[in-house]
Parts: sequence; C-alpha cells; structure tokens
Amino acid sequence: MSNHKPLIRPDASYGSVADEIGNVVLTDRFKPGWIVGVCIGFALLQVLNISISWLLARGIGVWGLNIPVGWGFDITNFVWWIGIGHAGTFISAILLLCNQKWRTSVNRFSEAMTIFAVMCAGLFPVLHLGRIWKAYWLFPYPNQMALWPQFRSPLLWDVFAVSTYASVSVVFWLIGLIPDFATLRDRAQNIWVKRLFGFASLGWRGSASHWHRYQTAYLLLAGLSAPLVVSVHTTVSFDFAVSILPGWHTTIFPPYFVAGAIYSGFAMVLTLAIPFRAYYQQKNLITERHLDYMARVMLATGLIVAYGYIVEAFTSWYSGNVYELGLFATRLKGPYAPIYYALWLCNIILPQLLWFKKYRSNTIFLFIISLVINTGMWFERFVIIVLSLHRDFIPSSWGMYYPTKWEIGLFLGSMGLFVTLFFLFIRFLPAISIFETIELLAEEKGDLKHD
Amino acid sequence: MEINLPILDSKVKTNDQTCGCHTPMIQDRYWRSLDELADSPDFQQYLKTEFPTKHELWDTPINRRDFLKIMGASVALAAFAGCRKPMQKIFPYTETPETLVPGKPLFFASTIPFAGYGMGVLVESHEGRPTKIEGNPNHPTSLGASNIFMHAAVLALYDPDRSQSIQYSGMTQTWEKASQAMREEAAAQVGKQGSGLRILTETITSPLIASQMVALQKKFPSMKWHQYDSTHRDAAHDASIRAFGRATDTHYKMDQADVVLSIDGDFMTTGPSHLRYARDFVSRRKVQKESKSMNRLYVVESTPSMTGGFADHRLPLSSDEIDGFTRALARTLGVPVEGSIALSSEAQKWVKEVASDLSQAGRRALVLAGDYQPASVHILVHAINDALSNAGTTVYYTTPVEAVPSNHLASLKELCNDIDAGKVDSLFILGGNPLYTAPSDLNLQARFDNIRFRMHLSPYEDETSMRCHWHIPQTHPLESWGDLRAADGTVSLQQPLIAPLYEGKTPSEFLSVFLNDADQNAHDLLKEFWSLRWGSINAEKEWKIALHDGVVVNTVLAPESVSFRTSAARSVEGLLKTNDIDVIFRPDPTIWDGQYANNGWLQELPKGMAKLTWDNAAIMSPSLAEKLKVKNEDFITLSEDKRSLKMPVWILPGQATNTITLHLGYGRTLAGSVGNQRGFNITALRQSEGYWQTNASAQKTSGNYRLACTQHHNSMEGRDIIREITLTELLRNPQAIQEKSDHDPKPEETLYSHPRAQDYAWGMTIDLNSCIGCNACVTGCQSENNIPVVGKEQVLLGREMQWIRVDRYFNGNPDDPEVAYQPVACVHCENAPCEPVCPVGATVHSDEGLNEMVYNRCIGTRYCSNNCPYKVRRFNFLQYADTDTPSYKLMNNPNVTVRARGVMEKCTYCVQRINAAKIEADKEDRLVRDGEIITACQAACPTQAIVFGNLNDKGSRVSKIKEDLRNYGLLADLGTHPRTTYLAKVRNPNPALS
Repeated sequence: MSNHKPLIRPDASYGSVADEIGNVVLTDRFKPGWIVGVCIGFALLQVLNISISWLLARGIGVWGLNIPVGWGFDITNFVWWIGIGHAGTFISAILLLCNQKWRTSVNRFSEAMTIFAVMCAGLFPVLHLGRIWKAYWLFPYPNQMALWPQFRSPLLWDVFAVSTYASVSVVFWLIGLIPDFATLRDRAQNIWVKRLFGFASLGWRGSASHWHRYQTAYLLLAGLSAPLVVSVHTTVSFDFAVSILPGWHTTIFPPYFVAGAIYSGFAMVLTLAIPFRAYYQQKNLITERHLDYMARVMLATGLIVAYGYIVEAFTSWYSGNVYELGLFATRLKGPYAPIYYALWLCNIILPQLLWFKKYRSNTIFLFIISLVINTGMWFERFVIIVLSLHRDFIPSSWGMYYPTKWEIGLFLGSMGLFVTLFFLFIRFLPAISIFETIELLAEEKGDLKHD
Repeated sequence: MEINLPILDSKVKTNDQTCGCHTPMIQDRYWRSLDELADSPDFQQYLKTEFPTKHELWDTPINRRDFLKIMGASVALAAFAGCRKPMQKIFPYTETPETLVPGKPLFFASTIPFAGYGMGVLVESHEGRPTKIEGNPNHPTSLGASNIFMHAAVLALYDPDRSQSIQYSGMTQTWEKASQAMREEAAAQVGKQGSGLRILTETITSPLIASQMVALQKKFPSMKWHQYDSTHRDAAHDASIRAFGRATDTHYKMDQADVVLSIDGDFMTTGPSHLRYARDFVSRRKVQKESKSMNRLYVVESTPSMTGGFADHRLPLSSDEIDGFTRALARTLGVPVEGSIALSSEAQKWVKEVASDLSQAGRRALVLAGDYQPASVHILVHAINDALSNAGTTVYYTTPVEAVPSNHLASLKELCNDIDAGKVDSLFILGGNPLYTAPSDLNLQARFDNIRFRMHLSPYEDETSMRCHWHIPQTHPLESWGDLRAADGTVSLQQPLIAPLYEGKTPSEFLSVFLNDADQNAHDLLKEFWSLRWGSINAEKEWKIALHDGVVVNTVLAPESVSFRTSAARSVEGLLKTNDIDVIFRPDPTIWDGQYANNGWLQELPKGMAKLTWDNAAIMSPSLAEKLKVKNEDFITLSEDKRSLKMPVWILPGQATNTITLHLGYGRTLAGSVGNQRGFNITALRQSEGYWQTNASAQKTSGNYRLACTQHHNSMEGRDIIREITLTELLRNPQAIQEKSDHDPKPEETLYSHPRAQDYAWGMTIDLNSCIGCNACVTGCQSENNIPVVGKEQVLLGREMQWIRVDRYFNGNPDDPEVAYQPVACVHCENAPCEPVCPVGATVHSDEGLNEMVYNRCIGTRYCSNNCPYKVRRFNFLQYADTDTPSYKLMNNPNVTVRARGVMEKCTYCVQRINAAKIEADKEDRLVRDGEIITACQAACPTQAIVFGNLNDKGSRVSKIKEDLRNYGLLADLGTHPRTTYLAKVRNPNPALS
C-alpha cells in the first residue's frame, strides 16, 4: 500500500477534517448549485406526485402494459433501483469486514444512497399492483379472514427481502451517524440546531465505554448486513428464475443479479461522488485513489456480468430448446434488438477501457462511464423483463409494449425523489463520516501507535 | 301535517288507464313483471299478509313522511305501469316449476332473425331478464348450436342507444298520433287503389307478415311491396329462375357428401343455414376409432373465408379466374359451355384433379357457389350438380322460403324509378337502413326527399330514420311476438322474454294499422293467424307446443324435383378481364351489413381470418402489397371512373393475388355511440353495377391509420402447437400424434402430492379437426361470463378481454398458405404455473382440478399472467365493466361476478354451471351425469368440437375422447398437465394435388 497515494491529504489535521465536513452542515450558506439541484429534484418529485395520482385515479391501464407484457417499466425500475442500493451495503459492510480503510470517505453517502435507492425501489412493487389499496395483504399479519400470503411466491420473498434490507440499512446508517451527530451538536452555534443534533446523538459523550460498545454494535450490524448484499438481489432474481418463462427461467440469475447490482451500485456511487467532491471541495477526502478502487470494482463485477450474458446465450443455444432458441433469436433480431445491443455496448464493451490506468484516473471519463453503466444496467433489466414476456411460448399471443408518459413520468419522478433526498442529505447531514475520517487520519499520522 | 297527493295518485291511475293494464289478463304462471305482481290478487294478498301496516298506504292518501319513504317504489311502479303491455302466455322450455324460483333461470324457446330467416334459440331468463342465448336443439338450422349474431342479440336488447320513442320531425310523438297519420295516408290512397303507396321491407319469411301483406295488397291492389336487403342472394335467385324456370332454393345435405367443392362459398360460417351445414359437414370429419373415413373439401375463393381455411385444398383466385375455373370445370364434367377459357396452369391442374375427384364421387359429390358470386357461376354450378346427378343425395331444391322471392336490387331500382316518375306518395319502411346500405349511384337520399310522406320502423334512429318524417322504434326480437321461417322452411315462433323496454312496435303491429281500425298487438295477431291454420280445436294445444318447442311442426319445405335447362349453361355471360385490380365487396364477418355496428361484442370480435376488430380495411395479398409498395395500415386510394375511396391496407395471406376485399357495414354516422365513425364507408365505390365485384386502380396515399388486430404473429415458428396429420399418414401410423408426446413429463412424475377429489375431475377436449374458427365460442363465453368490451384503443394496446380466443396460423406460401385454427382458453393445468407465483394466493386449485381465480383476493400483480405459458389470463387494466349504464345491469349473468378494475380473470370452465349441476345432483343424492354440464363455449360450438366432462368417470364422453390417439396436450412438454387437451387436425388431401 505504501506506493499508493494517501487516502487523506497529508496536510489535514483533526480539526480541519471536522471543519471541512461539519461546516457544510453547520455554517456554509446555501450554495447556488445546491439550490438549483434541489429545485430540479423537487420539480421531478412533483412529476412523481402527478404520475402516482393519475395512476391511482385511473388504474394500471394508464401504463402501456398488456397481455402478454404484464410487467414493464414498473418492475424494470424496481430491479434497477434495488440494484443501485447494493453498493452502499457492500461498501459499508463487506469492505468494513475486510478492513478496507479506503471505504471511510465514501461509506456514509453510499449508505445514504442505498436507503434512498431502496425507497425509490419500494415505490414500484406497490404502485404496480392493480389494487394498490390491498397492498397490505402482502404482509403476513393475523386477520379475520384467517388468510396468509402465499409463501411459495417469489413476490412474497421480495417483500421480506426488501423490507429487511430497508430496515437494516436504515439502522446501520443511523448508528454510524451517532458520533457525528455528537460532533455537530458540540460545534453547532444555533441553539435549535444544537438541540436537534443533541437529540439525534442519543446522549453520545464519546467515552471509552461508548466507543467500545459502539464498535461492537457496528461490527455486529456489519456482519448482519453483509449477507444481505447477496441475499436481496438473489431474492429479486427469484422473481424471474422461479418462473417458467424462457429468459427468466435460468439458474445463473442469482449470482449474475448480485454482480450486476454491485456493478450498477458502484457506478451510481461514482455518479454522485465525482460532482460532490468537486463542488464541495472534498477532493482531499475522496481522493483519486478512491475513484480508482471503485473503477476496479466495477471492472471486476462487469466481467462477472459479461460472463452471465455469455452463459445465457450459450445455454440457449446448447439447450436446443425451441423456446430458448426463439428467445435468443428475438434478442438478436426481434423488434427490441437495439436495446439488447445497447446493453452489450454499455455494460460490457465500453467498460473494458477501465483496464487502463489512464482512464481510471480521468475523473471526467469515470463520470461518463458511470452514467453509461447505469443506463446499461437499466437496459439489462428491460431486456430480461420485457423481451422475455413479449414473445413467449405461443406466437399468437405475442405483442409489443410501449411505455406511456405516465410510466416515464413515474421513472423520472423516482429520480426526483432520489435527487431531492440526496441533496437534502448532503446539506443537512455529514456526507462523509467525520469520526472515521479522523480515525483514519490518526492511523496515517501514526497517532494511534502511542499505546 | 297531512298533505294530500292527488297528483301522484291520479298519475298512477291515468297510466293504468291509458296503457290498458287492466285489460283482462290471461292467467300466467311464469311471466312475472312488477306491474303484474302489483295487479294480481296474489300480490295483493301477499302485501296484506307481509306488510299489514303498509297495505293501507297502497290505496289510501299518504302522509308526507310516508310518501318520502315509499316515493322511490311508487315512482318505479308508476313508470312500469306506464310502459308495460298486457301480458301473454309463454312457456318455459325445459322446466316447469310451480312458480319462478328466484336465482334459478328459466329457458324459453324463441327465434332470432338473421337476414330475414329464423334462427331457433333458447333464451335464458333470470327473474324476467333475458341474459343468454343458446341454440334450440329442435330447430333445424340451429341443432342446439348458436352463432355470434344470436349471442349478440342480448347485448343489442339492452343497448341504451336503441331508439326509445316515436319521433316526428325531431319531436317525440305518441303512437296514437303516428297510427292516425298512417291511417290518414292509407285513407287518402283508397281512391287510388293504393297506387301511391309503397312498402319497403327487408327479406320477409314470416308467414304472419306475408299474410298481412297479402291482405294489404288486396285492400290496395296498386300498392307496391319492395324488398331490399343489401346482402340478399340476388344472384342465386336469378340463377334459379334461369336454370330451372322458376325461383327455387338450393339446400345441401353436407353429411351425405364425400367430396365438396365450394366456389367462394363460406357455407360453414355465413348464411342462414351455416350452423346446420357446419354440423353436417364436420360430422364426416370425426375421425375416431369407429370411423376412419373423411370427406374432402376443395375451396376456390378470392378472399380467405373460415370455410376456405378449413379446406383440404384451397385455391385463391380472383373473381374473373373463378368464373373461368367454373366454366372449365363444368366443361370437363360434360356440361356444354361455349367460349374459350384462359386459366393459369395451376388452375388447370385443379380443374383436372377436382373434376376427376368429383366425378369419382358422383352422386356423393357436391359443388356449391357462394352467395355473392354472379348468377353465371350459380347457373354453372347447377349445371355441374346436374351433371353429377347428385340431386336428392347431396343437394335438393325447394320452393323458396321467402314469402315473395325477388331480386332485391332490382326491386329497389324499381322503387327509384317510381319515385322519379312521381308515383310514390308515401313510403313505409319496415326495418332495414336503405339510405346507408344502398349503392351510391341510386342516390337514394335525394330521391327519398321527393317522397311526400316517409315513415321508418327500425330499432335505431339511423341514417334512414333521419331522412324520414316519422320514426317508429321497432321492438327487439326478444321483446316481440312473431314468426320466422328457417332456411329449410321450418317455422319457429318468437315469444318475448321481456316486455318492450321502450315504445317499440313489431312489424306485424305496424302493418295491422292499415288493416284494422283498432290497434292489435302482435300476440293476438300471431295467435289469430296460427289458430286459423290449426283449426279451432287444436289451436290452443298446438300453440303451446309451438311455443314450448320453438318450432311449428310440419312446416319444413319438401324437396321438389327440378329440371335443369341445358341451354342456360351454354351461353352464360362471363366476367370481363381487366388489368385493374379486382375489388370485391363482402358483408363484414361480425357486423354484417352494418346492422350490428352498434354491438360492442361483435365490433370487438376478431374478424375471420384477418383478426381485425373495430374497423374494416382494404384486404390484400402480400404480393399485391409488395407491388403497390404498401405496408399494413398505410392508406391506399381505390379509384374507379370518378369515384374514389381511401382505405387503410391490411395484408392477409391467402388473399387472391390481384384482389382487394372491402367489407360492408362501416363508416356509419348514426349507428349509435359504439358504431359511429368506425372504419370506412365503402358505398362510394359500390354501385348497382358492380354490386359485389368491380375493378379499380389502387394507389398508395400518404398517411396511415391504426388497425386493432388481435393476432400479430401468424406463424407457429416451428413449434409444436397445432399438431396435424394427413388421413393416410394417420391410418398408416395411428401412433404418429402420440409419438410426439413421448417425452412429455407424466403426471405421476412429481415430488408433490396433489389432492384429488374422488368424484369429479373436470376436463375438456377440443377437436381441432372440427374447429371451423367461427368465433361462436368467443361470444358465447362473453355473454355467459359478463366479459366487458374494452374498445379499439385498448385492443390496440393488447388488452382485449375475451376468455377464449381462436388462434389462426398460416403455414407455407404467404399467397396460398395452409391454415389452422385453435381455440385457446385456460387449459386448467394440473400443475399450473400461475398458482405458486401469486403472492396472495388469489389463484388456487380446486380438488376437482379447476384452476380457480378468486377475484376478491386478487391484488393485481399480473405475475400469474406473466408465468402463464398459454397467455389466457386477462387483466382489468382499467374499469372495463360498465357498471353505470342502467340497462346493462339487467344484462349481466347474476351467477358470475362483474370484475372490477385491477383484478385478473380467465376461463373458469363455467364454474357457475358446474356448481348449479352439482347442487341439483346433491339434492338427488347422485353424481352429476355426463352431459349435464355444458360449458358456454361447448354449447355454442356448431361442430361440437368442444367436449367437457368428468375425467373420473371413465364412461364419460370426454374420457373416451381423451383416449383417442389424436389427443395431445398443448405445451405439455412444460409439465403443466393441462386438463384441456386437443385432438390433432387431420387433413384429407388429394394425392394428385399435394
């Protein structure tokens, strides 16, 4: 590691780190860029409002779905958002357990990103219901009808997987915030801000016993959420793998989905981190080394995804099954073929440039490639869902699916929700973990070696 | 405070008096309506015993509070009293319970007209509301089967767009005023012998109306009776006169024919006899253990018909080629035909081989010509049948069923000439919509305006009504008393299932105004007419029998011997061959000549081969489309002389290469809210010369038009979906179909236990060798199961709701493909993929093998549909069911849930019928007998392709059919174990032609 660039700029001091991060929350004025960002997010959030209202008023028919294509943008967006969330958990839990120090600067906001992405994702399975007002039937609760949900259905597993994921992520994130809340409480000038952070810090005083318990709890939670990185998207992939539809019915889906999720998640972290560090002058905290590491993770997971694509194609051919072959012919030559080719381009071909250090250290390139990968991963879900549905077993039922403005509105609106929440987060909460950065700084300075 | 309410009180009384509800009522146990209840002594007694305190209110002044309480009921009663007619006796068909049992339907025999002919039906009535129509097994052209038009009559009855009141120049008028105006017109004509009086009807087969017309003719000797039905078989009429010297009807005995050649005749799905012909024809194709022979069908046609698709050999030819083909065939079979004949080499080969096959079959061969072929082809076909001397075996002739057979187009032209000559003072139009259907060169609208007095009796205020002084609403067949003759002459009676919902009059009531001074109702007219025929002693008994059975005995027409005039064939006129495109006009497969344009079930029913809904189009072959450089939904302009017509293109494999087909019935402006401004009115191109066929040039025009098709993909993509085999191959290797199933997972190959009921295991078979693709199952199911209509926009999005669909696949050369049909509904998989994926368990399996859909529990994830390999599930994307229109509330089958927005639905195997039969069986402590449960699709099917029953009963029909070696499960290789299985299609090709 010695030949690496430092994770924190050498001239940083404990105070300067706390200032740099804390001032964004406590003393900085509202930056014009932030205001513009929030406004854009908020405007899109209203698109979400309108799209949902119209959907509730009229029914699923305002979307372009039909028989045979019963799922379209709704579930595509769900899988996409849920996938994006994975990077946060991966960074905070698995990298913590693996003792990867570089995660410190990015874990806080990637965890936030996870929570916001899961919130966006959670919208879709509820909104896609024909009778949304009966959505609570999905939960196993004692009721006068003495009816349970159907435990054999992957959709029900989804309910458990996503709700577990959401709650664990929120708890993990909040616990991580406690010492920083205390720091902000201590530094806040305004009495109300002080009281607010005081309340949120749950009486944190930074005593040794606090720290001791805290670290045990944090590790335990990390241990708890690490399996979720694998399990959530595995469960999501069961929605498809358990069915009998060609293009869905594949055993490779769980690993391929998990790899894809981490792939898109890291792409999203980059998409958010690169402008953030530039605009808020946090380049000494989120350094080029961080970006380089994340690019490597993307390259690795991208290759796993490529393997998935190749195996899918190979199995279709090798099976000799007329429906599997038909599916693959549809992907290559059907009406949606351009999307399939775009998927290869975005997810597999272009990211190969990440093999080269020249590109990995080019921030602008990384920003662009992260957007490309996010688009590509959306295409992947669209290909899996819509292309498999639109031409299945009996040709007489084959059909086409075109999204309507209400589906597009809902998708843009979910981005609005995400953007709004994210902008509020970077302004009102410490977007980088103060105590962990200080801890890392201490480690780099060698202050911890006194003992 | 006591307030007197004299107005309400007197209104009730006034209404009672004006409509004559207190006229003596014939005692009737089965016909219940609210006013009858109100008036009957039983009801009065009931009222006293059940509501002793309220009884007083019924006939004493009411105080305000009580008034408010019962106001709703009173107003309703007043309204009913105001619009109901005196009750007459009708008889339930199958059951005669002591009284009507609420919740238990009764069945009544009646008759639905089609093109003037009677189609015998049984109407299911729930508490006085007709909800479903089935065929009448006693009726010779139904035999228990039904067609799309019969089913759709229910929807038409409750159509809120039906004309509801008498109109005079846009003002609501009373029947008294209308009949007074009619009598005045008649009185003015008495001195002139009625020479200024004209009556225009559609095809009349009704003996009652015929007798009225005779009486009217006697009263007004110079009056003229014109008939015009735009789809009338004029050519067949003319040809019979030229061939036999007098008008005759030609009938076929399809069950006797070994070899059938149809020259553009869609005898299995159109025409008044098609149900019978289809049944008879297909009875010779039921290849089972006991019978190993099959008939053979050749079809030569310009536009693919369902019959053509069913043929063993099909040859697409343009109109002039058909003419040439028929000549050549006649000549080959020894008919002296003059002139030279140019034929393509393929057609020549056909002539040779078909001729030899026909002459080999001899008396057991049959050749028939389509209704819309010119008289020349009909004459040649008569000549060919004469040469085959098959009269008496496969074809027979009778005097016409029509009361006065005529050439309708000529009749209408004569009316036009009389109008021009100023001879027409007053015109009474009984039914029909000539201003929409007449060919454009007759300029009927302008001519009509020259008639001083015009009155139109019709069910809708349509294009013709709008140009008439008077419009009288016509009763719906389910509200009418009447009689009609079937295509074989059998008379069947119409009895009303419900009192007229509006102020409708039947044609007989309308005509009686001229004949009687006092109004007579249709019931009395009908009973009087038939009583005279039966004689006073038998009348009452015969009347009851006729009403109960639905047919009048001994009214079938006897075959007559005819002699063919050889000279007629020698010099028949031919069609001139032009370089232009051959354009043919045909009635629309679902909305016919436009009379069903306002019927949503028929509009949304995928049309014949093209599977279009809601529109007509210029149907052309793939090669013509290539030549014109057009794609589907592009516009073309067809021009002929100075006339032109802009139509969207629909490419249909199997269409004759140089022929464009245009369907009638679209582009209506006053059809009603469903039918207005749908499709394109083709009358611009349809002239009295070139009534069914013309020539035009076609040119691509800018723009396009979206057409809602329900099947976008026509190829089976080499998948094992419809299994078919030739007869020779089947006889050589009877296991051939089974061998393909060798690798299908067997039901016992499972780790799970499937609880099974001991008594019942429901299952179904569909014989693909019997399915003629007629769509009767689709409308039958729609009617039985309250399936909503979704509209063109939703069909375009792929959201049609019919639970059963008829798939149609093409195979081979796009210009001359092989065709196969396959009805697909939920197959009730024993191992159903839809069931485990539902997160709330809304679709579950019954121990009797039904894949059940619990609407109440469904939250609408659509996962079940995604995982259904048959794609037979239908989702309520929006609130499709019309729960607002009051009249449609009456129409719904009360035993089937009306589905709300956001839930999935699909075929239930008519679970309501299963449970009804099980309840009956339980009461008698026995099992349901085989054949006791008939699903709606099965009941409708004219060819009995669908059989439903209990698989646990090894003796049941369905169990036996499942043992057939042609039996296979659709997509059974997926391990779904479908309870509905198919019997492979068997073709019987002529080795010399294949």
